Amino acid sequence: MIELKNVCKTFKVAKRNAGFGEAVKSLFCRDYTYVQALNDVSFTVNDGEMVGYIGPNGAGKSSTVKIMSGILTPDSGECIINGRTPWKDRVDHVRDIGVVFGQRSQLWWDVPVIDSFELIRDIYKVSREDYKKSLSSLTELLNLSEILKTPARQLSLGQRMRCEIAASLLHNPKILFLDEPTIGLDASSKIAVREFIKSINKQNKTTVILTTHDMQDIEALTDRILLIGKGRILLDGTLAELKKRHSAFKTITVDYTGEKLPACENYKVTKDGDGRGEIIIDTRVITASQAISFISDHVEIKDISVTGETIDETVVSLYKEFAI
Amino acid sequence: MKLYFKYVGMLLRSQMQYKASFFMTAVGQFLISFTTFLSMVFMFSRFNSVKGFIFSEILICFSVVLMAFSITECFFRGFDVFPRLIKSGELDRILVRPRNEMFQVLASDMDLSRIGRLLQAVVMLIYAFITCDIHWTGYKIITVVLMILGGVAVFTGLFVLFAAFSFFTIEGLEFMNIFTDGSREFGKYPVSIYGEGMLKFYTFVVPIALFQYYPFLYLIGKSENMWYMLLPLLGFAFIIPCYAFFRYGLRKYKSTGS
Repeated sequence: MIELKNVCKTFKVAKRNAGFGEAVKSLFCRDYTYVQALNDVSFTVNDGEMVGYIGPNGAGKSSTVKIMSGILTPDSGECIINGRTPWKDRVDHVRDIGVVFGQRSQLWWDVPVIDSFELIRDIYKVSREDYKKSLSSLTELLNLSEILKTPARQLSLGQRMRCEIAASLLHNPKILFLDEPTIGLDASSKIAVREFIKSINKQNKTTVILTTHDMQDIEALTDRILLIGKGRILLDGTLAELKKRHSAFKTITVDYTGEKLPACENYKVTKDGDGRGEIIIDTRVITASQAISFISDHVEIKDISVTGETIDETVVSLYKEFAI
Repeated sequence: MKLYFKYVGMLLRSQMQYKASFFMTAVGQFLISFTTFLSMVFMFSRFNSVKGFIFSEILICFSVVLMAFSITECFFRGFDVFPRLIKSGELDRILVRPRNEMFQVLASDMDLSRIGRLLQAVVMLIYAFITCDIHWTGYKIITVVLMILGGVAVFTGLFVLFAAFSFFTIEGLEFMNIFTDGSREFGKYPVSIYGEGMLKFYTFVVPIALFQYYPFLYLIGKSENMWYMLLPLLGFAFIIPCYAFFRYGLRKYKSTGS
């Protein structure tokens, strides 16, 4: 169980203009600006949940994850994870969590991956049997058997990310924080990583909190999303709700033989000519099938496709709505 | 402790990936200190003593400081490169592991190529012991050991202090080198030769005189005060405020964006 209550965090940022003169000046006196990274953030995540944490760059996602993993101390507010405050009981707390920073490695660069795993086993004091068990299941699930003996520096990004995820799960944590786990991965690696995350969430009941910019991650993995912007939680709900709210509009593209698409007060023709047209409908006024049957009454349809707003577009319109 | 050796084993394996670089650095380290040694030899061939200390005595002083410094640099290098740990975000990684953060910083880096410098210090110390006319007793041998240990403690404290400063600013840290490298350079000669003010500074502010000057006086027989023998132990107390400051910095740690 993760509980955040009114968490605030402000960063002091030194500011200076470009140029050598300014650099010298800043040695002696500096201007600081205060950036409110988190402003009264509260939410609760239950055991076994999988939550997508989204928001534009600089919204405060990573800061929240860092507070929850005990790296940062907030200025005020409470954060209780499994009955412990992360930055106070750091050592006990981190034994129960796994953290993957997509942009940083936790493997030792110059030695084979398996050596890193061994050392991590010692750091977390995992018993031999438990280690063997989790290593073999991770090897199988993430398809690691061929790369375990390769030094980390020679791995491709996708291979490395699979090893990173395995490394943070060797001690079988109750909570897994993933900070942009699919960043820079190719399509098949992304799918492999997603499948894996899904399966450990199901099998081990691991709570997963995932920050990402890749909406397909969210779509494939999480039911619940938290939207953060300018340091505030703006939205906390299921993906379906979000979609319902923002994807009422659908676009129908029609190839037809005939004069012209029929006009109707329930939809809007945005493009038409040379036997091809585009219509935007509001599903709260008219359903797609109603619209199609109305069109087919007037012209002969050769080909038709209905597309909704993609989740990326939904998120962009969300960002716009909240002006973040 | 077992874990520390595992970390070390890991570092060794990593460093041995670049064998040529390792040996060249080690040889380089040796040569650098050797030139310092030579410059002292030439200087003393013209002036027989500095403020009443003869060459072999000064050599003891120098080699003890050099030895303490290179041991510290070898094993406590994690603190020396601490700004790098912050910049690269490696500290975040350290903080999400269930072990003491000081231990992990300590174990995160180790520079065995400093062995070159250490070797130079050993050679000089032996040479100094042969040429000087110290009347050896059990106490004096303990004094030498304590001097080296105390030196490691004081330099470690300075390194920790240096690391703690990097929580507040990453820029301008070169300033701190006045205390670490500066102390090593000043430590070549018994600090009293720089005058009364410097002696006070190096006793009460940056306590290198505790392991380098006072016990040294006892060692070469310039002082009969037995307490001087134990003064290096006070050097260990110096670590405490440095550690406290480090902990304070850690609470203010800002991490880097990603």
